This record gives sequence, structure tokens and C-alpha cells, in this order.
Amino acid sequence: MKVATEKAHFDVESIRKDFPILSRKVNGYPLVYLDNAATSQTPQQVINSITNYYSQYNSNIHRGVHSLSQEATDAYEQARIKIQKHFNAEKSNEIIFTSGTTHAINLVASGFTSLLEKGDELVVSALEHHSNIVPWQMLCERTGAIMKVIPMNEHGMLDLAEYENLLSEKTKLVFINHVSNALGTVNPVQKIIEKAHAAGAAVLLDGAQAAPHIKADVQALDVDFYVVSAHKMCGPTGVGILYGKEEWLNKLPPYQGGGEMIATVTFEKTTYADLPHKFEAGTPNISGGIAFGDALDYMNTIGFDKIAAYEQELLEYATEKLLKIEGLRIYGVSEEKTAVISFNIGEIHPYDIGTIIDKLGIAVRTGHHCAQPVMDYYKIPGTVRASFAFYNTKAEIDTFVEALEKAKKMLS
Amino acid sequence: MSTIKEIQDEIVEEFELFDDWMQRYEHMIELGKSLPLIEEKYKTEENLIKGCQSKVWVHAEMEDEKLVFTADSDAIITKGIIAILVRAYSNQHPNDILEADNKFIDEIGLKEHLSPTRANGLVSMIKQLKMYAIAYKTQLN
Ligand SMILES: Cc1ncc(COP(=O)(O)O)c(C=O)c1O
Repeated sequence: MKVATEKAHFDVESIRKDFPILSRKVNGYPLVYLDNAATSQTPQQVINSITNYYSQYNSNIHRGVHSLSQEATDAYEQARIKIQKHFNAEKSNEIIFTSGTTHAINLVASGFTSLLEKGDELVVSALEHHSNIVPWQMLCERTGAIMKVIPMNEHGMLDLAEYENLLSEKTKLVFINHVSNALGTVNPVQKIIEKAHAAGAAVLLDGAQAAPHIKADVQALDVDFYVVSAHKMCGPTGVGILYGKEEWLNKLPPYQGGGEMIATVTFEKTTYADLPHKFEAGTPNISGGIAFGDALDYMNTIGFDKIAAYEQELLEYATEKLLKIEGLRIYGVSEEKTAVISFNIGEIHPYDIGTIIDKLGIAVRTGHHCAQPVMDYYKIPGTVRASFAFYNTKAEIDTFVEALEKAKKMLS
Repeated sequence: MSTIKEIQDEIVEEFELFDDWMQRYEHMIELGKSLPLIEEKYKTEENLIKGCQSKVWVHAEMEDEKLVFTADSDAIITKGIIAILVRAYSNQHPNDILEADNKFIDEIGLKEHLSPTRANGLVSMIKQLKMYAIAYKTQLN
């Protein structure tokens, strides 16, 4: 049936028209943007959202009696509800706007200072981004808590048996990325959460790399904290969220003091506002929050199932093509992974490859990807990382592979 | 002995022979192979230039009031860049190194490496060479 085949078809060409940046040239070549895991591109719908905010109703929220302020407040709170629905949080006050994943993690790490005692234990994985390591190291320094690390294996997967050994009644918190940024590994988070809870520990999932590809259901996961950045999922930079179960967010003390987060202030005592405002001191990134909501609308209109299926197709296609390049080694070959390929070619330095293919209009990330422990595991200085989004095409992958062959020839 | 300016002009002339970036990069990579290599024992944390994605080590020694540089990098494009700099600045008096400008980098079509925010900054390499010149200059006085 004609209708059915048309439905299954992913119309990438019409999607690409939504992204003005995709038609620009870089160094004289059409841009091939394969650095989506660092920051995704922005569709016109989201750009319009930002323009519309500044040209129609820019004003401070939650404060004014005037119409603009009311419109801005409504739009901002509407975005919070969109985000709540997207991640299936039970309540909208469990969604805290932050400047991104890093800020959200720091907020939780700071809050745990008063909840930990010397000798308490925290569990992290060997696959983490520095953002999900350093704030907790600082927490350990403040409290005398101890950090334990779940090791990874050659495939870039976590050793779950060892994870169970690390858990004990001393474990207070487990923090793990849902998807690894350096390798694309999708971690078995459901199991990780169940085991942590059985040991009495809370779990924070760093969803920065998962959220662009997988629609997480925080209630089904029963996760205590989930953090993401808008700029990796078609939204603007400088905005993200912390989801926290209400009971946990009530337990954590405020992170920063200021306007917006108070109920009453006298010089003797300040009482704090209720959630979510308790954690939202100061004027936030209003247009960013609203645009984040619109970015989710944009992606949901296409559909996360369709996005995931198409990206997997790209991943398989690219993996097969890349492996034809002699001497190319892929790091991270977990069975379940997002559309990320981290690799090196022979002894060639990733920086050299990145520099040459940039001259050919291709954007990839090179280096340690803020995940030095992962690079140390493989004893390499870094990798070239190509990360695909639903607006990339197989033709772009062909261009990429040709460019790599050229670079290899120049650099060997 | 040629002056820094003369060597820079010579390098610019060499690069003028090429009409696309690929040939220029290939030439640069070739130049990297002629870089006077730093001895292994000098590949220390101290001699490592900060702010580079690939590793770049530079060592300086004084010979007859002239600074002699040796260097290496684990990335070959970076090695080519440092080779160009070493060729221009090595065997020169610290004062001349400090006074030299770097317009020639632009002229050989490597301008993109000159941005101060670039991860593998030429800028930080030049700064490092000049730091050595300052350090040795004080020794001369
Ligand atoms: C897994 C992971 N965690 C955290 C971050 C930090 O995100 P942001 O810089 O938006 O705070 C990133 C971004 O690269 C990431 O990939």
C-alpha cells in the first residue's frame, strides 16, 4: 500500500529545510555538521520563538502586574509544563530551570553537602563527562564522603557485577550518564536504579546525551534526579533543567540566594519560596526556557520513535562505511548505542584529522571529549567523534568518509 | 646568517608556489619532518605548551648569544606549524625574536591558526618562543 510506505519514510530533506544553518558553506564546501553531541542545530521554529519573545513580550517574569510580564510568565510556565509532560514528571514543580546540565548537577551536589557524613559513599561510572565527576569530587572534599567508580570494559560498557559489589548501606548516591558522550553507550539505567534503590541510595542520571535521542520517562525509571541541556536537543544554549522528585527537592537546601526564591525577607530571617522557585534565584533565561519548550514541541512533532529509528539507520550505515577505511578503530561498540562514533585511524592524531576535514567543511569533535578517564582506559590522547542527528543524511556520511580517506592520505 | 624577516619572506615565497590549501598543508607537513627534534629528556611537563589539544614541546638553548630551539608534537599539522616557527626564530638573538612580527603566518594562508581562541594556538606557541627570548635576554645582560 502506497500510504503505508510513505508513512515509514523519514523525510529528511524537508526536515533539513527547517534548519537555516544547514545550507551554509564552510571553507567553500557545504557544511556537514557531525558534532551534534556537543551542540545540536536550531530549527527555524525555535529561532522564531526567541525572536518572537524579544520582539513581542520581553519582560521580567513573576513580578509585574502589567500585561507583558503576565504574558512572559505564562509562556515560561507553559514551557515548564511542556517539559514536565515530555519527561512525564508527576508535577510541574519538579522541573527546575537551570543554565544546563552542569548547573543542574552542581545544584544537587551542593545540596547534598548537608545530607552527607564522613565515610558515606557515592558511586560514579568510568564513562562520565567531567561535569558529572568534578562537582561530586568537590562534594567529597567538603564532606569526607568517598567516591567509588564502576569500571568499564573494552566495549565501552559498564561492569554491572562490579557495580553491585560497590553498593552497600553506606552508598548514598549513584550518578551515571544515561548515555555516554564519548562513546555513545546507552547504559542499563533501569537496572542501575533498581539496584541503587535496593541499597537505599538515590540516583541522578545525566541525561544530556540521552535526551536528544531517547524520550525518558522519569516516573517509569523511578529516577530521583534527571538533568539535561536544551542545546543538545534543538534548543538554545544556556538553559536546561533539573528534574527532581518532590520529596528530594524539598530535602535539598536552596542553592543560590537572591530574588525570586524567597517568600519573605527580613534581616533576621528569610523564608524560602516553594518549589520550583526555591531553586530559581534571579532572573532566568526566559526566552531560553520558552524556546526549550518549543524545541521539544518540534522534536515531538517529528516523533522520537521516528528520530531514533532514522538515527540508528545512519549509525549502521556510517559504521559499515567507516570500517572499510583501513586502520580505523571504533571505540565503544556496546550493543545499544546512540548515533555516535568515536574512532581513530592508525596512529594519526585526532587533531590532525579534525583540522583537515574542517577544511573540507566537515565539523566533528576531536580530543578527550571532557571524558579523560575513558581516554585513559584506552590509553589514547583522544578520538575523532562523529555524532549524528536526525537531520543528517547518508550522502553526508559519504562525503565524510571521502574526506577521511583524503585526510588519511595526507597524514600518513 | 639570514635575519628573521629574510627567513619569513623566504617561507612566504615558498608557500606562494601552491595554489590551494591542500598543497600548503602538505608542504607544512613536509616541513614538520625537517624540524630539529627536541631530545627525549626535554619532553617534560615544563616544556609542554599549555592550551594545545595536541602535545607540543619546545626546548631552548643559548649558543653564542643566539637562541636555538628544538621541538616536537604528537600531531603532524602542529609539528608543521612549530617547524615553520622554529625555522624563522631559531638561531636568532633574543632581541630580534622579541621584535619580530608574525604577519607572515597570515601571508602563507594559515590565518585560521592565528586565532587566540583556537585550541592548538599558534599564538601560544609564539608566546612561548618569546617567553624563552625574554628569559635568556635577562641572562645576557
Ligand atoms: C554527558 C554530558 N554531561 C554533561 C554535559 C555538560 O553539558 P552543559 O555543558 O550543557 O552543561 C555534556 C555536554 O557535553 C555531556 O555530554
